[in-house]
Amino acid sequence: MSNVLIAVLIIGGLGIIFGILLGVASKIFAVKIDERVPEILEVLPGANCGGCGFAGCSAYANALCAGGVKPNMCPVGGAAVAEKISDILGVQAEEKEKMVARVLCNGSPDRAVQKYTFDGPRDCHSAAVLGGGEKMCPHGCLGFGSCVSVCKFGAISVETGVAVVDVEKCVACGACALECPKKIIKILPAKSKYTITCKSVEKGKITRRDCAVGCIGCGICAKNCPKEAIVVKDNVAVIDPNKCVNCGICASKCPQKAINKVC
Amino acid sequence: MISELLIISVGAILINNFVLVQFLGICPFLGVSKKVETATGMGMAVVFVMLCASALTWVVQNYLLVPFGLEYMQTIAFILVIAVLVQFVEMFLQKSIPSLYNSLGVYLPLITTNCAVLGVAINNITKFGGVEMSFIKSIVYGTSAGLGFMLAIVLFAGVRERLETSNVPEFLKGMPIVLVTAALLSIAFLGFSGLSF
Repeated sequence: MSNVLIAVLIIGGLGIIFGILLGVASKIFAVKIDERVPEILEVLPGANCGGCGFAGCSAYANALCAGGVKPNMCPVGGAAVAEKISDILGVQAEEKEKMVARVLCNGSPDRAVQKYTFDGPRDCHSAAVLGGGEKMCPHGCLGFGSCVSVCKFGAISVETGVAVVDVEKCVACGACALECPKKIIKILPAKSKYTITCKSVEKGKITRRDCAVGCIGCGICAKNCPKEAIVVKDNVAVIDPNKCVNCGICASKCPQKAINKVC
Repeated sequence: MISELLIISVGAILINNFVLVQFLGICPFLGVSKKVETATGMGMAVVFVMLCASALTWVVQNYLLVPFGLEYMQTIAFILVIAVLVQFVEMFLQKSIPSLYNSLGVYLPLITTNCAVLGVAINNITKFGGVEMSFIKSIVYGTSAGLGFMLAIVLFAGVRERLETSNVPEFLKGMPIVLVTAALLSIAFLGFSGLSF
């Protein structure tokens, strides 16, 4: 019995002495932490998606308090969070334009010509390694859903062989755009509802051979656009979302049906 | 006396290097060896913790545990000592060198449960290599073990920095090539086991 008591006393005593020492040390080495940091962390969504450009929510909160960083960079929280952060920091909130991920391919297997059938692991990177994927078009969506697996918000899905973004759920964190081996996902302003769902820079003839809905760079859309918002460069049309007024003329004129309304 | 200390020191740094020969403390060795700078910082933190740990655990062992016949409490008592030291180092770094504190990240608290540090403390008691450990000797042994760790991690970080720019086969990229490198480094260190005095 006394053995047990001695053991308890000695180890317990050691613990208490060390505890006191550490307590004193923590007073001496106390670091002032900005009290706004935990407050901002509370407001931030805590998804740690990195959409703001920082390593995570806490890194962003620290940067905010250090200054020089805008409070509206969180794509997940949007305007509501930006407002709360501004309240905490005591600065004016700025409207942040709603962005959304757009998939620049519409070549589902019935529209795009297949080169071969890929039997390997169900992920885009594996498919991309093997001759650039199943599709003849080197810029086509591979459809194995690597983007789906990195999306933390369940906003992207592959149903007909091409990734589709759910605009309601998308927070434009950019994880899918980073993941896509073909780099056909772009983060674009959500106000432009029409997107050229093709990224093929091949010559028109080749694009037409590879895919039924590829942009052949004919320029009919650019000619018909009342706002001159469309430019054809490298055999592919690009819409300037800031000029686009969502009239839809381009989509109706496109002979290849490569311009689509994507909400 | 001096030659004995030298033997202990060389033995701990090169011949029985904690990381590369005894395979203790592999976690920070692989985790914090991306950059030479952080590796050096980690090495110094480990040297400091090992130095203090070997001194303190020697005192605890010889003045508390042995007189009361509590040798069986070794592990718990030593872990307590090491944990306190690491906490202290953490506070110190956070206050004095915040950049190093940030780059060490989670590996700093992990020194607490680092088997290399506990290994030093235990080796000190079990008369490692047949040498009876006096207080001075155990301090020298602890410091040398830390220096050995630092040598290993800094060398390894240098190799890894070089690896960043080299053309590694796709299937070996990342951790695999790091482990292969660590194994080669370990084999290289085995060469020191031929040293004799």
